[in-house]
Amino acid sequence: MQNAPNSPAAVKPIKDIDQVVIRFAGDSGDGMQLTGDQFTRTTALMGNDIATFPDFPAEIRAPAGTLPGVSAFQLRFSSFDIHTPGDSPDVLVAMNPAALKAHIQELSKDGVLILNTGSFSALDLKKAKYEKDPRTDGTLSGWRVIEVDLAARTKEALATSTLDARGKERCKNMYALGILYWMFHRDMEPTIKSIQQKFAKKGDIVEANLMAMKAGYLYAEVTEVFQTAYRVAPAKLKPGTYRNIMGNQALCLGLVAAGQQSGLQMFLGSYPITPASDILHQLSTYKNLNVVTFQAEDEIAAVCSAIGASYSGSIGLTSTSGPGLALKAEAIGLAVMAELPLVVINVQRAGPSTGMPTKTQQADLLQAMHGRNGESPVAILAPSTPGDAFECGFEAVRIALQFMTPVIVLSDGYIANGSEPWLLPDIEQLPKIGVKFAPEQTSGEKFMPYARDQKTLARVWAKPGTKGLTHRIGGLEKADLTGNISYEPANHQHMVDTRAKKIANIADAVGEATTFGPDSGDILVLGWGSTRGAITSAVLQMQEQGHKVSACFLRWLNPLPRNLGNLLKQYKRVILPELNKGQLCSMIRAKYLVDVDSYSKVDGQPFKSQEVLDYLNNAMTRLKGGK
Amino acid sequence: MSTTEQPVLLKKDYKSDQDIRWCPGCGDYAILNAVINAFTKLQKKLHETVIVSGIGCSSRFPYYMETYGFHTIHGRAPAVATGVKVSNPALDVWVVTGDGDAMSIGGNHFIHTMRRNVGLKILMFNNRIYGLTKGQYSPTSEQGKVTKSSPMGSVDYPFSPIALALGAGATFVGRSVDIFLSHLEELVCKASAHTGTALCEIYQNCNIFNDGAYKTVTEKDTREERVLQLEHGKPLLFGADKGKGIAFDASFQPYIVTGADLGKAFIWDETAETPAPAMALATMSESEFPVPIGVFRRRDKPNFESGVQAQVAAAKAKKQTTLHELLHQGEIWEVK
Ligand code: SF4
Repeated sequence: MQNAPNSPAAVKPIKDIDQVVIRFAGDSGDGMQLTGDQFTRTTALMGNDIATFPDFPAEIRAPAGTLPGVSAFQLRFSSFDIHTPGDSPDVLVAMNPAALKAHIQELSKDGVLILNTGSFSALDLKKAKYEKDPRTDGTLSGWRVIEVDLAARTKEALATSTLDARGKERCKNMYALGILYWMFHRDMEPTIKSIQQKFAKKGDIVEANLMAMKAGYLYAEVTEVFQTAYRVAPAKLKPGTYRNIMGNQALCLGLVAAGQQSGLQMFLGSYPITPASDILHQLSTYKNLNVVTFQAEDEIAAVCSAIGASYSGSIGLTSTSGPGLALKAEAIGLAVMAELPLVVINVQRAGPSTGMPTKTQQADLLQAMHGRNGESPVAILAPSTPGDAFECGFEAVRIALQFMTPVIVLSDGYIANGSEPWLLPDIEQLPKIGVKFAPEQTSGEKFMPYARDQKTLARVWAKPGTKGLTHRIGGLEKADLTGNISYEPANHQHMVDTRAKKIANIADAVGEATTFGPDSGDILVLGWGSTRGAITSAVLQMQEQGHKVSACFLRWLNPLPRNLGNLLKQYKRVILPELNKGQLCSMIRAKYLVDVDSYSKVDGQPFKSQEVLDYLNNAMTRLKGGK
Repeated sequence: MSTTEQPVLLKKDYKSDQDIRWCPGCGDYAILNAVINAFTKLQKKLHETVIVSGIGCSSRFPYYMETYGFHTIHGRAPAVATGVKVSNPALDVWVVTGDGDAMSIGGNHFIHTMRRNVGLKILMFNNRIYGLTKGQYSPTSEQGKVTKSSPMGSVDYPFSPIALALGAGATFVGRSVDIFLSHLEELVCKASAHTGTALCEIYQNCNIFNDGAYKTVTEKDTREERVLQLEHGKPLLFGADKGKGIAFDASFQPYIVTGADLGKAFIWDETAETPAPAMALATMSESEFPVPIGVFRRRDKPNFESGVQAQVAAAKAKKQTTLHELLHQGEIWEVK
């Protein structure tokens, strides 16, 4: 047997660098997400800051080897605080010609390409629509190409394994992971543990995967093609306990935390939809935390069951993506009218219609704002990072309960599946969420279901089962106080105004907008949701160059912070990058009459920080150009 | 704890103070009456009873009852009610709906409620017309019906809500008629005792837009010939002096027997495992056969909400997790 991979034979030089961006790209069946995930966990445990961006096709298995079947996972790790998964990779691992074709243009200049030559038959090339072999026609000049026949090497390494040929072949991603572990001086232990756990009952699979990984590591160590290993020192993160978290996961934890702090049962009604299904999956494992999940027959039943649950005194939740939000519209209107708490999670994806289910976009803002009949205001907030999704989940529940209103959480595919190290919140610091149900009434006095809290304007919450509170509510306009049906003109005006005022009042419960950078200057970059990382990086660089540029990130989109109008006027220009055709921009312009400059992008990909930086630089040049 | 005697509730205690706004002469009044009679008989507790409705004339029902009531949106009452029931199984949850609400826009929720066997009692008022929108044909209107939206007669084939419910796996399916006060009251009581989904189809006369839809069923001189009362354990007999019966051939095709053959009349078993006889009755031609009323099917089967809550209870019993433990799950690390 050969030397153990982490033997002291590692005599090759080690170079210290402060960050790396790696992209794994291969066929959907090549296990790229798993490979990226393993690298991420290891790296997080080693104390680096890290950000990830999985980018996969909507099809479960598109035809193998074709361009639509390419699945990728990008990660960036560093010894300093980072905000995005990086623009262009420094290292690209391409498992087949299709992956190469789909991603090579993004590889940074002088980048390293690790190419699996085991999948370069004439047929493979044809499937990727390459007329000539890109390895020999100059396509790859300018990059450092490392060719490894992963299939053959893995097969060789697994000579003693009991797996069949197909099973062995499937371990080639682990061989690649081993190579990268050597290259970036990663510890193999976490992956060994994780694979052992994951396939606990399948000893042969564990053995083969680990053998492949170790062989890859050793191969990189002993062959000449790999000359240097790199080391990225741990980042100086804020002290505390961390775990790596994806947006969907953090959101679930935030919701459940709020449920626990309120002492109420949570009820999620949901219908599977990409990229929100993981919320249903995860919450269905929290039954012991008083969470009931209901996989409904459709999106409408999902939201309606949640409304029914809220009516009976639980916290009603529903999770979906854009097309599902459209289907839920009428029912959300009912919750507005009935003034019941409801949390609607919309993990946005590229539309319209079915659009691009696995690609990200922020184009449901106006749908969330206005996509219902009548004057039907709801509260809306958006998480800006995977970790922030925890707080947004918590806040959504808190506000829904405190104001007896639907709250829409606008997450997106980028946050949902992206991950980052997350400083675990101090549970002692989480606010308790006090809920007061209307008390039993024995006086025989008529119960007033639409009596309101004078400050918030929230109506009382009367649980069926409580004596003396029987009452009727519904979608027809309510008479103030009694809740009886009323078509009275003055009452309707009053009720429409009251529902609007109630949502506006939320601004007092969620705080004001703050800026990152000076509170006046040349440019204010306004952002919401997942654009935060790219904007932060770009604004930081502008500030380092001495520009008077600040950023402001809005968590609450309805209502907007009380001080926003004034804040916008403290800068010469306001720039608003968003992944839609300028939806928040139009809201801000309409509300504050400020000439906001919309920087829109709708290609299904998140902003790169360089794109934002270029935009800001241009804007600054124009601004300094005398205008 | 004091164990004060609960006061006896009277019919008037079940009525709300709201003015009823159905058209004078509408069959809905009779149904309201029968339901109030049944609730009074059962001494249902007002505060533990929830009536959820959709949209349509029938769906105004909750406003007229002094229970908890939720008048929701078109077709979705079973979905809302499922949330109410699953979240608090102790509540007695009723759904009031119509043929447009439940069979057309709400068809999906209707069948899935039956499939899951959620403990809801569904009263579906079938008047074979859209009343509230002023008279269009519905999924239960007969083919060829001339209405405002079908001036040349509707091309649609109708279906039988009972057959649909049976097909969806319903565990309790019954039918009655608005003006058969005591029969309807009894059906409502039986539905109330059922633990799973109970569907009561109630033939209801809309005297404005579809007057006389069930005339032959309700008129004194035709009733005996036109109505087949299903009675558990008794043969399927109808007609003057119960002189006719319904029998089935080997492939469950119904045929009418008389005279010496009367003994071949099928003995009705509402608890039969096979839905075949019930399905045969639900789908037999209205022009050739009488209209069955009573209980088509009644089977015991664990209901949905108890299954859901049992899982929650089992999960809680198996493992208590604190919020702290939840957040600290998976791989965590310390930064000093
Ligand atoms: S329209 Fe028909 S169903 Fe509606 S209330 Fe009038 S009579 Fe009754």
